[in-house]
Amino acid sequence: MSAVSESRHRELGLTDFEYERITELLGRDPNEVELAMFSLLWSEHCAYKHSRKLLGQLPTEGERVVMGPGENAGAVDIGNGHAVAFKVESHNHPSAVEPFQGAATGVGGILRDVFAIGARPIAVLDSLRFGEPTSERSRYLFEGAVAGIGHYGNSIGVPTVGGEVYFEPSYEHNCLVNAMCVGLAKTDEMIRSAAAGPGNVLVIMGASTGRDGIGGASVLASAELEAGDDSKRPSVQIGDPFEESKLLECCLELLERDLLVSLQDLGAAGLTSSAGEMASKGGVGIDIDVDRVPLREADLEPFEVMISESQERMLAVVEPSRLDVVLATCERWQTGAAAIGEITDSGRLRVLDDGLEVGHVPVSALVDECPLYDLEPEDPDTWIYGNDETLGERVALAAGRSADVADPSAVLCALLASPNVASKRWASEQYDSVVGSRTVRRPEAADAAVLLVPESDRAIAVAIDGNGRRVACDPYAGAVETVLECAQNLACVGAEPLGLTNCLNFGNPEKPGVAWQLDRAVLGLADACRGLEVPVVGGNVSLYNETEHGPIYPTPVVGMVGELPDPVRAPGLAPRKDDRLLLIGPFAPSLAGSELAKLRGELDRGLPQPAIPVVAAALAFVRGEVREGVASAAHDVSDGGLACALAEMAIAAGLGLNADLDPLVELRGGAGESLLFGEGPGGIVLALAESEVAPLLERAGTAGVDAVELGSVGGDRLEIAAAERDVSVALADAERAWLSLAESL
Amino acid sequence: MIGVIQFPGSCDERDAVAAAGRVGDARLVWHEETDLSGLDGVIIPGGFSYGDYLRAGAIARFSPAMEAVARFAADGGPVLGICNGFQVLCEAGLLPGALLPNEGLRFICRQVELVAEDFSGPFRAEISPGDRLSIPIKHMSGRYFAPDEGLDRLEADGRIAFRYAPGENPNGSVRDVAGVTNEAGNVLGLMPHPEHAVDPLTGSDDGLALFRALARAPQTAAA
Repeated sequence: MSAVSESRHRELGLTDFEYERITELLGRDPNEVELAMFSLLWSEHCAYKHSRKLLGQLPTEGERVVMGPGENAGAVDIGNGHAVAFKVESHNHPSAVEPFQGAATGVGGILRDVFAIGARPIAVLDSLRFGEPTSERSRYLFEGAVAGIGHYGNSIGVPTVGGEVYFEPSYEHNCLVNAMCVGLAKTDEMIRSAAAGPGNVLVIMGASTGRDGIGGASVLASAELEAGDDSKRPSVQIGDPFEESKLLECCLELLERDLLVSLQDLGAAGLTSSAGEMASKGGVGIDIDVDRVPLREADLEPFEVMISESQERMLAVVEPSRLDVVLATCERWQTGAAAIGEITDSGRLRVLDDGLEVGHVPVSALVDECPLYDLEPEDPDTWIYGNDETLGERVALAAGRSADVADPSAVLCALLASPNVASKRWASEQYDSVVGSRTVRRPEAADAAVLLVPESDRAIAVAIDGNGRRVACDPYAGAVETVLECAQNLACVGAEPLGLTNCLNFGNPEKPGVAWQLDRAVLGLADACRGLEVPVVGGNVSLYNETEHGPIYPTPVVGMVGELPDPVRAPGLAPRKDDRLLLIGPFAPSLAGSELAKLRGELDRGLPQPAIPVVAAALAFVRGEVREGVASAAHDVSDGGLACALAEMAIAAGLGLNADLDPLVELRGGAGESLLFGEGPGGIVLALAESEVAPLLERAGTAGVDAVELGSVGGDRLEIAAAERDVSVALADAERAWLSLAESL
Repeated sequence: MIGVIQFPGSCDERDAVAAAGRVGDARLVWHEETDLSGLDGVIIPGGFSYGDYLRAGAIARFSPAMEAVARFAADGGPVLGICNGFQVLCEAGLLPGALLPNEGLRFICRQVELVAEDFSGPFRAEISPGDRLSIPIKHMSGRYFAPDEGLDRLEADGRIAFRYAPGENPNGSVRDVAGVTNEAGNVLGLMPHPEHAVDPLTGSDDGLALFRALARAPQTAAA
């Protein structure tokens, strides 16, 4: 075995302390192959060494949970022998280096996670963060990431049904690309990743192995990005959706015919991670002969084969008697397959090269013994991010002339045109949202995507949400709001959440201020999930999203899957003429952390503390009303506040509206401006026929849920009275502002 | 029985089977199958056959199943090509013209309005000239092109089946053409996806007319 130079471990991202620990565990120095494997599996990306202790706070139990955290994806039961599998994952650093391929392979990776447990992917959602579109680089990253997501999802025939995009300066040097996949499985065909049965054969399927993505998990995903990171470009993988399409169909056929013992996708850290995790979960050992791995280029070193992150590959355990039929099935799908090793009872991961041992490590050392670190959180006690006043120019831009920044009508148009509030149709139209014939509510048609599941007797709704700016203002309250927002989106279509997946995008956890954000945010997620009784079934952590310009906004992103009995009754955003508009819930708007505060350059620490049980009760009420078919339209109040929510409903309907927010002043207090544009959780606008208003108000009274009548739909203007801060805008002007994002690209 | 060809990389083949299955029987046909006897009609579905890394449909036209489809069409069997299927049929020379990358060079997914023209053949059975159909499109290379003289002839021969309604042309197709037929009228290709317009719940059921026509085609031909 070749010796390794003394500082090699540092180049690979391991600390001296970690290297010491490895030599202790092995009882000797590791060789090159072994060191490469440790450096990957002991990276933050694979070992969660700064977050694992915190994540233990999240509730993971629930009656409907079929698979929880630890498997390739989580899954919840939706009845009739079917389960919905889902997971969100980040591909931030690859996307910052090469947005098209970074985003494309992010989608490819999350799809594999879902079909690795035997579920057919039926939907993708994405959550994206970039710097302001005024920056050329941000526009390049945004356009590249959207095209990459579309390229992969469209080509493989999985609809992209929803998502969200925010533009904030803190993401200028570190964009975020999170992708979520939702799959459908027959519960009895689902499979776990634990390897089992010494003597069984290890089969690699899919694409051949090349030098792409060597060290991606440790180099890209577990360290801060620095200037001149173009040299890291070779670490970004290239996606091939056609290869994955064949691999997907092949794997699902193998599972349907019950030909596999276990299945695992190859993602970060490639064969090392997949084989290590399969062996660890099964309590077995694995021998891999790198000489038998089909290669894309001939001269790969054994360590390179073991850590390559070439895409579109899966690892399966097969009983010897079934190997021939498995290989024949792969051939029929024109997908590569080769037996590369076997399951042993040694408890060791042994690497062979044409039969000669080139490395061997105890599986437990590799997978379970990575040192876990305690965070050292410290409240920075100050607003650590910037503040830019842009309202003046935005108001002028939206009005087409210089306008008064104190005029609520001008402010509404500026907010509707603000990239965070404006329609993202430019992006969502680049995604196939209809393939699969399940999509009842397409992007921007409702607050959550609604999908038919004829295999079960109900429909599902899916949404993905996050608001880093508000989490930056108050990591605890902001994280609570993130979960509430997602649940609100589901409630608007009548869906009850069954499970949640999250992706925690944060800066460098070794810095006390970031550690504090992480600590508080995870507590917020945990409290909100408990309050709503939604189990966390899986997720992903992306740390070190930080450059010399500082950390990103702390950005927990949550995806939820809910169920609804009758998709016919799932309302969209568009009310009917003469409908009455009601605000349901404890919504108590504040300008703190709002889009308007951002445009004014007035961001600061602090958000009102959300009352989780009160919001939960309001959501249950809304869900019930929607399921009864009472609402013709429903929309939750989020970015840009109540005025923007009302405007979005009016634009969807192509109708104006009249609303009077004064009754809210009496109920909630506050100035007219905060009523119009203030933000906060717990507000849902329902549209319903006039005859339904009184009965609904009575039911709300009985349920102890706040409900306030705001006005009615009709005409061609938005007329909103709010404590003498009145809005009066032509619908056409509001719509033009809301659809203006494409012009800024 | 309607057969839906399944190439590696097809995306909409199961949706096409489901759509055709609403009005008759339908099954998948593997791209290596060459015996299409027993089929009353064939659908070439949407997707990215063989990855479409070369030119949309350029590889699929050489598949064993497509050779069989060419014989099936020559014998008068009804063939419906949707999106990638339209591209494949153009590449195979079974339909005139070509599908170029969209004018904006971006993938577009959008519900569009189509107007039915006065065309001939079995696919007309359930559709009248001037009918408006709401059907989604989703493609990267959907810009129909044929030279002017060719288009004049297609128009004169009643072979333009569908146009995008005024103002709805999403991709820069010449003369708003969304779908064309072969000379005999038994082969129809169109970029919009009728298989995703068979249920009002998912947007519209205006596409059902084409599947009904396909299911009825044998009777139409016999009559």
